[in-house]
Amino acid sequence: MLQKLKSPNWPLHLMLLPGVILVLIYSYGPMLGIVIAFQKFMPARGGLFDSPWIGLDNFRYVLDMPDSMRILKNTVIIAVFKIIVGFVVPIIVSLLLNEVRKEFFKRGIQTLIYLPHFLSWIILGGILIDVLSPSSGIVNQFLSLFGFEPIYFLGDNSWFRPVLVITDVWKEFGFNTIVYLAALTGINPALYEAAIVDGAGRWKQTLHITLPGMMPIIVLTMTLAMGNVLNAGFDQVFNLYSPQVYESGDIIDTFVYRIGLVDAQYGVATAVGLFKSIVSFTFISVSYYLAYRFANYRIF
Amino acid sequence: MVEQLTLGRRLFVSANYFVLALLSILCLVPLIHVLAVSFSSSGAATAGLVKLWPVEFTTSSYEFVLAKPAFLTSIGVTLQRVALGLTINMVLTILVAYPLSKEVRKFKFRSIYVWFFVITMLFQGGLIPLYMTVNYTGIMDTIWALVLPGAVPVFNVVLLLNFFRGLPKELEEAAFIDGAGHWTTLWRIMVPLSAPALATITLFAAVGHWNAWFDGLIFMDSPDHYPLQSYLQTVVINRDLSLVSSTDMKSLAEVNDRTAKAAQIFMGALPILLVYPFLQRFFMKGIVLGSVKE
Repeated sequence: MLQKLKSPNWPLHLMLLPGVILVLIYSYGPMLGIVIAFQKFMPARGGLFDSPWIGLDNFRYVLDMPDSMRILKNTVIIAVFKIIVGFVVPIIVSLLLNEVRKEFFKRGIQTLIYLPHFLSWIILGGILIDVLSPSSGIVNQFLSLFGFEPIYFLGDNSWFRPVLVITDVWKEFGFNTIVYLAALTGINPALYEAAIVDGAGRWKQTLHITLPGMMPIIVLTMTLAMGNVLNAGFDQVFNLYSPQVYESGDIIDTFVYRIGLVDAQYGVATAVGLFKSIVSFTFISVSYYLAYRFANYRIF
Repeated sequence: MVEQLTLGRRLFVSANYFVLALLSILCLVPLIHVLAVSFSSSGAATAGLVKLWPVEFTTSSYEFVLAKPAFLTSIGVTLQRVALGLTINMVLTILVAYPLSKEVRKFKFRSIYVWFFVITMLFQGGLIPLYMTVNYTGIMDTIWALVLPGAVPVFNVVLLLNFFRGLPKELEEAAFIDGAGHWTTLWRIMVPLSAPALATITLFAAVGHWNAWFDGLIFMDSPDHYPLQSYLQTVVINRDLSLVSSTDMKSLAEVNDRTAKAAQIFMGALPILLVYPFLQRFFMKGIVLGSVKE
């Protein structure tokens, strides 16, 4: 088109400048700091490159720790269960919501089930600690009506993981229905009309039109969820766990916090963090690639 | 077309309404219970008499909490953080999203910049290196440690740039013909047209700052600089009694640990409960438009 229509590009660079600088410092800066995973880092020595290099010793040290396999196992188990349950429930809820014909009821339900997503794990943690308490919690009071003994949900290793999965789904299922509801509105209504003419009931319509219509977005969220296989949820675990349940609930992120910032073993903690970042990065890259191949999804 | 309501269909509809109502009650009941506890007397709360309605109604827990200097300072820090952090987040989100919404043939460095930002979503240095970076840049124990590391929310940038791309190209071209540059086009045309997307992102960023607690905990040396959620973390979750003064101890006898915690939990959630219903209608639209592409 006309050359005049082209505005010069330097204002675009200028707009990006402040963002680029801040990201450079606070996102790329820490990436440089990863070198301390290969050092015997001594804060007193100050500079990043003044500490002695020790190669992979930090990694070896972690591998020799009796806890490390348990922590990896906890992380993967908790994350995988959260991914599966957190994936199925929103699909079902969005299908149920889709059957609701009364608009105000639908909206009311949506407003209520989105709410927990916007509250922090501090608030929800505080609420759950109170509600699930074995002595005064309302859940145990309710269970005692049916003759159950009080259960220490947050202090018992056989209960802790299920509680993590259930409460995480409780917080997020409503909000995650949004994408599926959006997909449902995109299905061509003519398909339903044709199905009704052919004599299909609601159930048949759901089976043969709604579900296939949701398939692309289902495949997409399923592939993208893969990237979270080492993200068991720091905020939630940190605010609900205690030493009694380290055995079933200690995850990589909480472990890094404890050995790094509590015990000040910077090098070791960074090595563990680096391991997690690399594995996560691989999973995320693979999942984005698969999402692109099979669902034609691109981030931007 | 008129649907035939068979018996099975009617049963399904009632069951469906019942299940959905149950789910939403499950989302709300724990909050209502804690609210009820916060307005109940110490004795009734300890005896476990409180269900969903306050027993022996009293506001003494709130009086107790609101008289605590540490609680009030932490609210001050949070308000400061939300104001400063939200401004920085929004300005940078807009400034970054606009150039990245250009097509490559109009702005050939676009791909490089996009990768520069997206990589930070995929790969992070980790907790300890971030801690050290914040330390090295000398912002430890200041409000800047809470707002600068997350100054560019890349996820929000992606939402907004997709929204920008959905706007008609003709508007931009018309603006250029009339002699507008990039800055004028951005602030006078793109931003006003993006109100739903911007409302969504504002809500996300504001809620993010209100809810953030971990950075306060690790970057602030003095508890006086804790934002509200970090303060609540230490008092409600960790039961750190070092933050409770001796006069507190005396009034604790009347108020009860449990009702005081309930009051603080509820006040930590209150602003979100107040703002959220009004912004809700925006974010539905904003997210859907930002995420679904043609």
